[in-house]
Amino acid sequence: MGRFILHSDLNNFYASVESLYNPNIRNKAVVVVGDEEKRHGIVLAKNYIAKSYNIKTGDTVWEARQKCAEELVCVPARFDLYLYVSRLVKDIYREYSDKVESFGIDEAWIDISHLAKTYEDAVAIANNIRTRIISEIGLTVSIGVSFNKVFAKLGSDLKKPNATILITQDNFRDVVWKLPVEDLLYVGRATSKKFERARIKTIGDLANTDIKYLKLTLGKMGVVLHDFACGRDTSPVESIHDKEKIKSFGNSTTCPVDLVSNTEVKSIIYMLAESVAERMKKKNYYAHGVSLWVKDTDLCSFERQMQLSSPTNISEDIAKNCYKLFLDNYDWQLNVRALGVRVTNLTTGKMQYDLFESVNNFEKKQKLECAIEKLRERFGYDIIRRGNILVNQSLSSLNPHSDIHIIHPIGFFKAK
Amino acid sequence: MEKKYVKVMVEIDENGNKKPKTITFNNHEYEIDKVLDMKKAVSMKVGGIGERYTVRINGHETYLYFENNKWFVESH
Ligand SMILES: [Mg+2]
Repeated sequence: MGRFILHSDLNNFYASVESLYNPNIRNKAVVVVGDEEKRHGIVLAKNYIAKSYNIKTGDTVWEARQKCAEELVCVPARFDLYLYVSRLVKDIYREYSDKVESFGIDEAWIDISHLAKTYEDAVAIANNIRTRIISEIGLTVSIGVSFNKVFAKLGSDLKKPNATILITQDNFRDVVWKLPVEDLLYVGRATSKKFERARIKTIGDLANTDIKYLKLTLGKMGVVLHDFACGRDTSPVESIHDKEKIKSFGNSTTCPVDLVSNTEVKSIIYMLAESVAERMKKKNYYAHGVSLWVKDTDLCSFERQMQLSSPTNISEDIAKNCYKLFLDNYDWQLNVRALGVRVTNLTTGKMQYDLFESVNNFEKKQKLECAIEKLRERFGYDIIRRGNILVNQSLSSLNPHSDIHIIHPIGFFKAK
Repeated sequence: MEKKYVKVMVEIDENGNKKPKTITFNNHEYEIDKVLDMKKAVSMKVGGIGERYTVRINGHETYLYFENNKWFVESH
């Protein structure tokens, strides 16, 4: 199955956002400056007009003024604004795929393999994203379309602003191999020096260099970069990168047998909650709300949510509240076919404690759960089970990590 | 043109959908007759990104934007 990967890069991001928010400076040379005290600042970003005067990132404001033949507008950086706009753009990407991987504030990979069958499809999607970002956000992007992440990134660098660039299995030797080897992802200054000594100038030179020689001079990285140059990059687009907010974590299962009692429902809820909590802890997220989804044997389903008195990532808290939602909302006219547990309203990092639950107690529970998860990582899921999961043998053989359909993390409840 | 933040009375339904009812602008409260359209859009004229509501006030159509928890109009 072919992969279709986009790499989208917002053009002149900081300067473009500033121009968007200040219509008066749009036709002027603009630089974004790092320091509040403009005189001492250095240039972090510039628009095309400033670029045309050879103003570079890293110039001091004084140098930039010397270069600029017209009035130079210096605006202090507003990172909170850039972050806000960046999130809005990434929300658009996420409408196309749940595999969106940020690369800095203004770039991201988007895996659209599930949407595209051909390169024409992929280009059409890229163009659609570009058009939407112009009309909804007011910014332009360059999008590289390719069969791997490295070439998609390379493509997005080739034409600016506002363009879609296609690099395929058939054309990459023509398009990519003539480019300087420094254009390849992960070729930094040190590697570039080594290539220079080896007379490797272009990506094509690298592709055609003997791999034993590369291994000798650059070690493992030499082999990796050689693979990249030959189009052999199979690294996946990671859905959650850095500390970006995601909308929810969830887990659901269709049970091997219909559930006929509260006790059975409770044991499944606990099992689902445990795997949700585990993933939350890995990513250091806390939830302010939980949500339970239930489907009966007539395949009717509903979802109920509640807010928690204090944020948590402890499975017991998640399970307890979901079970309460179940008891409050299910009348047992029919048996239960499927269940889903989801956490909502996430925050990351430090958390506030409930006034009525001591910090010690919370940390104790969290430590216990971390210990359980470590054991499971080492010895498998079966090593420790909750007493209430043993209620029904055919239920307890479910492993939420392999048997259950995990939709991660967005759009969970849209599934069937 | 300038970006003018305005006070807005909003009805929020049980699904979280917002429906602006009145705008207060230069100490004047205007009733919104009808919300004709809502979509995500940028205001290039004054600089702003958010939800753009096309509203009818006294027979005139105008845009009202919701950006980062504040409402604004493109004011002359
Ligand atoms: Mg960029």
